[in-house]
Amino acid sequence: MTTYRDAIRTALQTLLREDPRVFFMGEDVGRYGGPYAVSKGLLEEFGEDRVRDTPLCESTFVGAGIGAAIGGMRPIVEVMTVNFSLLALDQVVNNAAVMRHMSGGQFEVPLVVRMATGGGKQIAAQHSHSLENWYAHVPGIKVLAPATVQDAHDMLIAALEDPDPVVIFEHQMLYGVDGPLDTDATPPSPWKAAIRRPGTDVTVIAYGGSVPKALTAAEELEKEGVSAEVIDLRSLRPLDRDAIIGSVSRTHRAVLIDEAWKTGSLASEISAILAEDAFYELDAPIARVCTLEVPIPYAKHLEEAAIPQVDRIVEAAKRTVSGG
Amino acid sequence: MTLDISRDHALELLRDMIRIRRFEEKSAELYSKQKIRGFLHLYIGEEAVGVGAMHALREDDNIVATYREHGQALVRGIPAGEIMAEMYGKANGCSGGRGGSMHLFSAKRRFYGGHAIVGGGLPIAVGLALADKMKGEPRVTACFFGDGATDEGEFHESLNLAALWKLPVLFLCENNEYAMGTALHRHVSDRDIANNPPAYGVPADSVNGMDVIAVERAVHNEAELVRETSKPRFLELKTYRFRAHSMYDAELYRSKEEVEERKKQDPIDVFQARVLNDGMVTQTDIDAIEADAAKEIAAAVDFAEQGEWEPVEDITRHTYARDLS
Ligand SMILES: Cc1ncc(C[n+]2csc(CCOP(=O)(O)OP(=O)(O)O)c2C)c(N)n1
Ligand SMILES: [Mg+2]
Repeated sequence: MTTYRDAIRTALQTLLREDPRVFFMGEDVGRYGGPYAVSKGLLEEFGEDRVRDTPLCESTFVGAGIGAAIGGMRPIVEVMTVNFSLLALDQVVNNAAVMRHMSGGQFEVPLVVRMATGGGKQIAAQHSHSLENWYAHVPGIKVLAPATVQDAHDMLIAALEDPDPVVIFEHQMLYGVDGPLDTDATPPSPWKAAIRRPGTDVTVIAYGGSVPKALTAAEELEKEGVSAEVIDLRSLRPLDRDAIIGSVSRTHRAVLIDEAWKTGSLASEISAILAEDAFYELDAPIARVCTLEVPIPYAKHLEEAAIPQVDRIVEAAKRTVSGG
Repeated sequence: MTLDISRDHALELLRDMIRIRRFEEKSAELYSKQKIRGFLHLYIGEEAVGVGAMHALREDDNIVATYREHGQALVRGIPAGEIMAEMYGKANGCSGGRGGSMHLFSAKRRFYGGHAIVGGGLPIAVGLALADKMKGEPRVTACFFGDGATDEGEFHESLNLAALWKLPVLFLCENNEYAMGTALHRHVSDRDIANNPPAYGVPADSVNGMDVIAVERAVHNEAELVRETSKPRFLELKTYRFRAHSMYDAELYRSKEEVEERKKQDPIDVFQARVLNDGMVTQTDIDAIEADAAKEIAAAVDFAEQGEWEPVEDITRHTYARDLS
């Protein structure tokens, strides 16, 4: 068994060892060992040139990553968390995403940006955002959300191999989670969704930190005689429309879990996909379980009430199945 | 004061300034004929900066520029036809018609764009220099930006990062005294822009950007120091734009008199008079330059007119390496 954070570190090590063009930079990734202890030991192994502690300048170090990628390097940039990535949004949206197109295909940006996301640690409104949808909105970048230890490893490797800029969201509650890691297996395409648990009565679609909650909910639902299929989206851009429509065409019911606010969320996007392309497959209205429309509160009971939890997923699935 | 440059070089500098001037005059005309659309930012008045700087840099150096980059692009060797076609939005433009006037690119000539988010090109330049440093390539990355860009956080962050990591970036600030309609003294606390970089450990100097020889010398010196030391440097080029900020600008923020006064320092007139006076160049030479420029521009317009429109079916091309759908 390996933890999610160790799986990422293993992938980073592999990438840094195998390709001299790869380097890793971000705030506190070196001496400190990474804000989530992901990169512990990397500075010692690879040195200051390839494991770079940056100043606090999200916009400029992400932009420098873009420039270095255009210049022939393979940078992996860690932005501590999605909350701080807002200071770098300009570089991601106005530069990384558009460079290939705007230059008529002359310049590509093979950049990987990793960041932690999500709530659950009682660190309040400025440190608990889930803004994956902001990035997934933008053509020109790709967005991954590994929910398992294996994916945390494999997706980082796949992202670096990809010639386009890839943003990886790691839910902060997952870093300590244990799971199996096989570094020799051939990984499935990172751009396809996965059925994490097959079922027949209702499709529960989740990504990132909500996947374990969806799986727990499915277990509880089984006890109550409801067979839930759990889909892990894995890639948020591109979205695996076929997998979404395929599963719902079998179960005819959909519950969408998203730790983002409901308004304008990826759950909304998936609802629209289902309404457009699977409308006649649906036997019940789509249900969305999202974060309540408030800044994430500090107090534990309020934070828990704000973000999707197992009981809300179970309840939504039961309502969908019973038609009530 | 006599010039210690060769006749050939004087002709080269004059030729490039005139090429830019005539190219842009033609662009303005084509804009009013609606052949060119969108934003069009003319460099007229600032030619000595682009010409002096581009002549001082090496072919192998990287260039990052702003949306006011026709001059740099032309001197860098992007064919006038490809630039014109780009402004027409044609497929034979230097960015395939997807960039327009503000986004000229050429991988072959290490011309990394035309950036239209003020300050947004600076971090890219820092990253290009980082890549070169890590690969051990002795290249300089020259990054052009305006006085307005020095207001932005990315300017300060980029100076800090380039200095901290000792990256070979030459920051070239084209100070034309206005950020759109906001005069320098109304947008920076210290009008002496070169005071800023030393606070980050970046040596800074200023030069008269209306004097092509002074610009070329200063940029050459700075670039070679960057190359030698592998550390960033900053050069302010004091210049002035004679035309509106863009074709949309009604120029309500400055007087006609102010502009007329500054036109007395027209970099082309001044340089031309100087080399004529010196006897280095004759009126016949200048006539030949003008005739060549006219020919080049006519051919460029032809090239643009004749270019194809990219088929709409190809609209999503170049969004990703491979189409996602
Ligand atoms: C981040 C950003 N803010 C505002 C604008 C709108 N804008 C375009 S050019 C400009 C003025 C920039 O002035 P300066 O940097 O001095 O360059 P100049 O146009 O004088 O060459 C502004 C405000 C922009 N493009 N990007
Ligand atoms: Mg200006």
